[in-house]
Amino acid sequence: MTDFILEMKDISKSYHGVKALDRVTLQVRKGEVHALMGENGAGKSTLMKVLTGLVKPDEGEIRFCGFPVRIDTPQAALQLGIAMIHQELNPVPEMTVAGNIFLGREPTYRITGFVNTKLMNLQAEELLQQYKLNVHPNTKVSRLSLAQKQMLELIKAASYQAKLLIMDEPTSALSAEEVGTLFETIERLRNDGIPIIYISHRLEEIFKMADRVTILRDGRYIDSLPIKDLNKDTLITKMVGRPLTAIFPKEEAVIGPPVLEVKNLTRHGFFEGIDFLVRRGEILGISGLMGAGRTEVMRAIFGLDGFDSGEILLDGKPIRIRNPSDAIRSGITMVTEDRKELGLILCRPIRENMTLPSMDLVGKGLFVRRGSESRLCEAMTSQIVIKMSDFQQPVQSLSGGNQQKVVLAKWLIRKPKVLILDEPTRGIDVGAKAEIYRLISSLAKEGMAIIMVSSELPEIIGMSDRILVMGDGKIKGEFTGSEATQEDILACAIGGAGVA
Amino acid sequence: MLKESTIVSKSGAIAIKGRYSTQILHKYGLILILLLTVLILSFISETFLTWTNLMNVLRQVSINGILAVGMTLVILTAGIDLSIGSLMAVSGVIAASMVQGDSGFGLILLAVLAGMAAGGALSGISGTMSAKLNVAPFIATLAMMTVARGLALIYTNGRPMVVESKTFLALGQGYIGPIPTPVVIFAVVCVVIGVLLNMTKFGRYIYAIGGNESAAKASGVNVNRVKIGVYLINGLLAGLAGVLLASRISSGQPNSGMGYELDAIAAVVIGGTSLFGGVGTITGTIVGVLIIGVINNGLNLLDVSSYYQQIIKGLIIAIAVILDQRSKR
Repeated sequence: MTDFILEMKDISKSYHGVKALDRVTLQVRKGEVHALMGENGAGKSTLMKVLTGLVKPDEGEIRFCGFPVRIDTPQAALQLGIAMIHQELNPVPEMTVAGNIFLGREPTYRITGFVNTKLMNLQAEELLQQYKLNVHPNTKVSRLSLAQKQMLELIKAASYQAKLLIMDEPTSALSAEEVGTLFETIERLRNDGIPIIYISHRLEEIFKMADRVTILRDGRYIDSLPIKDLNKDTLITKMVGRPLTAIFPKEEAVIGPPVLEVKNLTRHGFFEGIDFLVRRGEILGISGLMGAGRTEVMRAIFGLDGFDSGEILLDGKPIRIRNPSDAIRSGITMVTEDRKELGLILCRPIRENMTLPSMDLVGKGLFVRRGSESRLCEAMTSQIVIKMSDFQQPVQSLSGGNQQKVVLAKWLIRKPKVLILDEPTRGIDVGAKAEIYRLISSLAKEGMAIIMVSSELPEIIGMSDRILVMGDGKIKGEFTGSEATQEDILACAIGGAGVA
Repeated sequence: MLKESTIVSKSGAIAIKGRYSTQILHKYGLILILLLTVLILSFISETFLTWTNLMNVLRQVSINGILAVGMTLVILTAGIDLSIGSLMAVSGVIAASMVQGDSGFGLILLAVLAGMAAGGALSGISGTMSAKLNVAPFIATLAMMTVARGLALIYTNGRPMVVESKTFLALGQGYIGPIPTPVVIFAVVCVVIGVLLNMTKFGRYIYAIGGNESAAKASGVNVNRVKIGVYLINGLLAGLAGVLLASRISSGQPNSGMGYELDAIAAVVIGGTSLFGGVGTITGTIVGVLIIGVINNGLNLLDVSSYYQQIIKGLIIAIAVILDQRSKR
C-alpha cells in the first residue's frame, strides 16, 4: 500500500492563456518535511493554492490519506486537515494570543454561549508550553515579534489537528536566532508525525530541514528525490535548468566622486549620528540585525519618515527632503522592503505601475502620452526580463520575483543618481536573484550610486564594495567588500566592536 | 533567464485577446443586462421604445448620471461622498436666488457657475478634512451633508425660491436640437471626466491612490492634492446637478436632493467600480446609471406601485453586485 498522505496528480492550470501548471505531480509521505523548490513563477504558489482550495485546477486529481478528494474552498482544505502558514501572516493583531488560536471555535459557557475566556487561556497555555512559545496567552498579538507570530500560526495549525502543514517562505523575515527557534518547532511537529510542505528559497534551510524535495520549473514537474541524493549545485541545476556558475556577478566599476552624503543624521529613538557617503559606481552594503535601524535610516533619506537633525548632501550640495516626491525629484529612489505595502499598486496594470513616479517623463502638461509611455516601458523590459503576457496585466497576477522586477523597472526608468535597495531579493528564488544581482552590478558600472540593505550576508559580501554594519541605531563598523567575512560582520553586528 | 516564456507585445498596444475574455464578458455583461431589460420592456410596453420615451429616460437619468460620474472619481480613490444631495440644494437655491424675474443669458451663466462654485467649495472642505486631517471620508462628508443642508435652509429661510426666467428653465426642461439639454450636459460631463480619468496624469494618480495610497505616496504622488482635487470636482458636478434640478422643478428648494447621493453610489457600484478603490470605469458608471433609469421608467410604464419599485430597485442593486463579484472570481 501507498504510504503517501498526499498525492497530487497531473494538476494543470492556465491563467490568461499562460500555463502556470502543466501536469504537475506532488507526493508527500507521512511524517516528512517535503521541500517544494523552483524559481519564481515555477508554479509552487499556484500548486499550493490548488491544494488549499484557493484555485480550481483545470485538470488533475488529488488524493489525501489515500482517498480522492475535491478541495473547492479553503474551508474544505481546513476540514481535511490541510493548513497553510502564509508568507504574509494574518493573525488578528488586536486580539490576544489565545483569542487568535481559538478564533472561530472559542470554548463557550453552555447556557449563555459567552466565550469562556478562562478555559480558552488555559488551553492556549498548554499549547504554548507544548511548543515552547514563551508568551502569555493574554498578550495582544500586535506585541509579538514576527517570529513569534509565525510560531503562533504554526501552533494554531497544529491545534486544528492538521494532517498536513504548508509553510511558504517562513524564514524570509526572521533573524538567524529566530530561525533556529522556528526549526525546533518544525522538528517537534515532524516528530509528532505531521508532514510539512516547505517552500523556501534558502538552500541551506532546505538541506538542513527537508527529507525529500520536489522540483518544479516553468510550471512543470522536474523531479522528486531524497535530499541526500542532492547537493547545492545539482539542486540549482535542476531548478534553473542549467548550472549556475556565478551567483554574484560583481563587476569592477570605476568608483567616482561622492554622490550622496549623510551627516550626523538622527531620529530620536530610531537612529543616531549616522554618517556615511556613497560614491558614483559604488555599491554600499548595509548589514545588521533586524531592528538595527537600517530601514529607518533609508526611509528618512527617501522622505518616507522625517528626521530630527542632520544633513543630507547630494553632489556636495545640501538638499531638503520632506517627502518621497522631493527625493525622487533630486534623483534618489528606493526599492522598499515591502513591495506590496509601498512598492506596487497591485490591482493596476504593469504599465501604470512602471510609470507612476515618472509622469513628468511621459508628456508635458496634463496628458499622458501613450506612445512615449510604451517606449519607456519597452526600453525597460529589454533590460529587465519580466515574465508577463503584456503591460496591461495587473501586477497582482505576477509572481513575487516578477513583481520585484516591476518595482526595479519603475525606479530605473528615472535613471536615478542614487538607488536604495532594501532587502532587494527577499523571498525571491535563485535564478531571479542572480538576474537582479547582474542588474545591480551593471547599474553600478554605469555610474549609479547604490545602497543595498540586506540581511543575507553572502549577498552583502558578494555584491558590496564597502559594507557598513549597523546596530542599535548606530553605525558599528565598516568593512571593505573583498576583505569582510561573514563572521566579522556578524561579530560586529552583535558585539558592536567595529573593526574599521 | 526566462526568455522563452516572455511575451512582450511589440506594439505595446492594448491587445484584446483571449485572456481578456473574462474582463470583456464582465464589461459587456453589464451592457447585456441593460440590453436585456430594454428588450423585455419593448415587448411588454408599447410606449417604451418610442423616441419620446427614450429621450424622457435619458432626461431623467442625466442628473443622477452627472452625480454618479463625480462619485466614481471619489470612490476610485477609496472614498465616498454623502454630502452631494445637500450640495445640490445649496447650489440650487443660490442659482435660483440669482435669476429672479427675467434674467439675461449672462446672468444665468453666472448663476450656474455660482451654484457649481458653491458645491465645489463645500466639497473641497470635506476633501481637505479627509486628506489633511485624516477624517474618514464617510464622516467628513456626513458632517458636510448636515452643514450644507442647514446652509440651504438658512439661505432660503426654509422656503422654496420660485424661478420664472425661461432661459434658466430651459437648462433642465429644454432641448438642443432633438435632444434634451440635460442629456447634452450629461454627455459633455462624461466625455470630460472620461478623458480626465483615462488620458491625464491626474487620472493615473486617482487610480493609484485608490489601489494603494501608501505606495502612491512612496512613488512621489501628492496624495493630498489629488484627493482634494477629486472632491472638488465632485462638488462642482454636484453643484451643476443641483442647478439642473432647480431648473427642472422651476425652483430652488432647500429640501431638494435628499437621497440623491445613494442613487449615485448605487449607479457607480452597479457599474462595477470597487468600493475599495482603484478599479472601475466611467463607461461602467454610465451603464449603471442607464440600468437604474431604464428599470425605473419601465416600472412606471407598467404602472407598478412606487412602493414596490423601491423593493425592485434594491433587489437589482444587490443582484448586480452579486453577479459582479462572481464574475471576478
